[in-house]
Amino acid sequence: MSDVLLSVQGLTRRFDVSKPWLNRVIEREDRQYLTATADVSFDIRKGETFALVGESGSGKSTIAKMIVGLLEPSAGEIRFDGKVMDFASGAAMRALRRRFQMIFQDPFASLNPRWRVGDIIAEPIHTFGLLKGAEVTREVGRLLDLVGLSAADAEKFPHEFSGGQRQRIAIARALSSRPEFIVCDEPTSALDVSVQAQILNLMRDLQDEFGLTYLLISHDLSVVRHMSTRIGVLYLGRLVEISDAKRLFIDPQHPYTRLLLDAVPDLALSGRRRTPVTGEIPNPIAPPPGCAFHPRCPHVMDICRKQRPDAIPTASGQAACHLLTPEGQKPRETTA
Amino acid sequence: MADFTPGNRPNALARAWDSDIAWSFRHSPLAVIAAFVSILIILAAVFAPWIAPHDPFNPASLDLMDGFTPPMEPNAFTGNVYWLGTDNQGRDVFSTILYGARISLFVGFMAVLFAMVLGITLGLIAGYRGGWLDSLLMRVADVQLTFPSILLALLIFGVARGFIPPAYREAMAIWVLIVAIGLSDWVQYARVVRGATMVEKNKEYVQAARVIGAHPAKILIRHILPNVMGPVLVIATIGLALAIIAEATLSFLGVGVPSTQPSLGTLIRIGQGFLFSGEWWILLFPSITLLALALSVNLLGDWLRDALNPRLR
Amino acid sequence: MAPLPNKPPLLSVRDLVVEFPTRRGTLRALDKVSFDISEGEVLGMVGESGAGKSLTGAAIIGLLEPPGRVASGEIWLRGERIDNLPREKMRRIRGRRIGMVFQDPLTSLNPLYTVAEQLIETIRTHMDVSEKEARARAVALLDRVGIPAAARRIDDYPHHFSGGMRQRVVIALALAAEPELVIADEPTTALDVSVQAQIIDVLKEICAERGASVMLITHDMGVIAETADRVAVLYAGRLAEIGPVRDVIQAAEHPYTVGLMGSIPTLTQTAERLTQIPGSMPRLNAIAQGCAFNPRCTHAFERCRAERPELIARGGDRQVACWLYDTEAQDV
Repeated sequence: MSDVLLSVQGLTRRFDVSKPWLNRVIEREDRQYLTATADVSFDIRKGETFALVGESGSGKSTIAKMIVGLLEPSAGEIRFDGKVMDFASGAAMRALRRRFQMIFQDPFASLNPRWRVGDIIAEPIHTFGLLKGAEVTREVGRLLDLVGLSAADAEKFPHEFSGGQRQRIAIARALSSRPEFIVCDEPTSALDVSVQAQILNLMRDLQDEFGLTYLLISHDLSVVRHMSTRIGVLYLGRLVEISDAKRLFIDPQHPYTRLLLDAVPDLALSGRRRTPVTGEIPNPIAPPPGCAFHPRCPHVMDICRKQRPDAIPTASGQAACHLLTPEGQKPRETTA
Repeated sequence: MADFTPGNRPNALARAWDSDIAWSFRHSPLAVIAAFVSILIILAAVFAPWIAPHDPFNPASLDLMDGFTPPMEPNAFTGNVYWLGTDNQGRDVFSTILYGARISLFVGFMAVLFAMVLGITLGLIAGYRGGWLDSLLMRVADVQLTFPSILLALLIFGVARGFIPPAYREAMAIWVLIVAIGLSDWVQYARVVRGATMVEKNKEYVQAARVIGAHPAKILIRHILPNVMGPVLVIATIGLALAIIAEATLSFLGVGVPSTQPSLGTLIRIGQGFLFSGEWWILLFPSITLLALALSVNLLGDWLRDALNPRLR
Repeated sequence: MAPLPNKPPLLSVRDLVVEFPTRRGTLRALDKVSFDISEGEVLGMVGESGAGKSLTGAAIIGLLEPPGRVASGEIWLRGERIDNLPREKMRRIRGRRIGMVFQDPLTSLNPLYTVAEQLIETIRTHMDVSEKEARARAVALLDRVGIPAAARRIDDYPHHFSGGMRQRVVIALALAAEPELVIADEPTTALDVSVQAQIIDVLKEICAERGASVMLITHDMGVIAETADRVAVLYAGRLAEIGPVRDVIQAAEHPYTVGLMGSIPTLTQTAERLTQIPGSMPRLNAIAQGCAFNPRCTHAFERCRAERPELIARGGDRQVACWLYDTEAQDV
């Protein structure tokens, strides 16, 4: 269980958000860059579900896209099963590409509306040349069956299905190249809760059956808690905390994690009074200096405004907060 | 556990979608009339050799004595009766219109096809690749749009003729015309396709194909192209009407098809000369045909645009 | 807050039917929906997409998108019938007596006018106050909804505000004319988690302060749990269950609500698998005979497939539309 399947080191992505050249010259502005992901490192072990949580602008989708090759990293390295992923080298990547897949957020956009379901699911099979002729049809039927649809559905078009059924089709497509690793980018955020439960259960069943490894991208802490073994919390493109899933919810180390947990509405009606959350996410083009979270942090200290905290090992992972360093002292929280 | 959707028969919704267009068509009298007129003229043009009572291009069948016969009246010398009369050379106007429409439609269809293939190809590449290639293609398009397309077609026509040896000019004229009209018209296809491609390429189904490493050409042709064809069809329909008119304009100006193969525009140019000497039918009937054809194709295009736009439904 | 027994309810919706005529027949998007909202009460309206929760709000304020129309039923606002008012009169009720907060703050704010212009116009349209007075009120309102330096920022345009701040402005706008009822349609769905809680708090507090009732339309049970006094659960255009929020969340009675509650992952649950309701909500043209939920219901019996259950009073202000709770037929 401890073998690392995917390893990310110092992953950084900058986007050029400058105005067009002529505007820049006339308005005397410099080029502007948005750092969506900055120096992110983590490992995902075989068979686990690693979740990345964060709000908008946290860079979680950018990381997912870099891992599957939809975006090129500005810096950093991604290793899959020990091999460096170099998406520029077509031949070498082909064998690797078969081993990972992606499930997208919007099942209404992730299936080509002009294709029959059978062709959609068979596309990876054809692209990797895995099967031929009647075998493809049989395999598509088997996959449809696996995700809870019927083989006859292969003849239909995507618009004949509900959102939940479409997400099942997308999962069947992801499974068709028999991958080991699946990146799930907000797989249920476009679905209703009762359908979300079906999809989450299906994902867990498939994980058990095929020993899949998941990278789950989500903004929903309840979903993340239900699905994952380890969790990375992102804020403005940086990892603020990595922790075992169970520990994160019991004993969050970073103040931002605590804030996120507090913001989840309390369905149990325990009468728990939430700590009022203040402020909003700053503009990622000009993030605050030092610790990016300092303007919203209830425990902010002088050092936080000047110096960016490094990741420090904790009991269940790591966290990047000055409170955990010898310079800062961790305040004892009395409220859970 | 499969999602429960009662009454979900195979292709039930595919049929429903198809019949949405059909329904919209049935409930638009203008579209029905326009389609009827267009199809009538197109069929008449295609089957002209079988329908036309005379072959206007066969000198043997012409009798100069038949010249200037008014419609539905017996000729003063020969006693022959022509529905729409004859022109100065005794050619049956009805037959020349059928043959003329044939040439007009051929030039129109081919020009649209040429513009479409060129525009779609450049639009797909510009939209998908982006960057400097996109900027370059779109600036060229911008510059081209500042010229009236008929002027551009005239220019292209003139330049192209300069390159063709005189011996082939006659035979090549129609193809030169097609290229001239097509080249002056590709921009709108390219723009629409480029815009739609930029939207489609960011959709998740394209990303899914990229994740498995599908070749860009395959993504463009198999994934994106079918999804950008809707607006292209609308432009092509309206473009057909415009191309027919462009051809007529060029032929009217005398730079189009040679008068041995008169198109509707050529017929109008010829007929115009007789308007003030009293032989009105030589001008009127080709003009009405051109008007009916262009108008009905245009109306069809308008209807198609509305029918394909869910917001206007 | 429990409904006050002596007063008539602020809003009363009776047997509301909303239909969409299509060429393949008329679709019933809302089918005999009845509920009340008392003075000062927050009623949560939950349901999955397509259940008709937003339509209910749109029908009340008379903003159904054509060809949708109220086919039958009545809507009463403080004893006055408002579903058949002429357009001009309805327009005066909107904004003045019923305020609105929509999901996307950008659609509620005109990008071409400053926040001050929009607030002052709304205030002066509905109240007889001077320009200066209206401005003072507007600044106070913005300050109240938590916009820092309100006196200065009031002259900014909507795009100068962040998403959360914009939604605060919309709340201020909705409350500018001191309405009796605020209809909030997914007010937090477009916002980040850490901002959602702030907006819900502001909305709840300011409405309580001014005695305005709230109809809170959302798909998020968590938001309802924290905000609403009572909750109405919609399924396929029909009310499945309505009652005090604590009762419905902790001891749901309708099998659909039970399934819905079980399918929500929470921060405290420990189950390996989530409860799931098989299937998905039917399309409007394929709603089952009898109880709309019967094809997905594990308790369905003969009667459920034949006869549609009406709301059955369950005591303690609860009502459930399910044959399992029909006291005359205890043979279940």
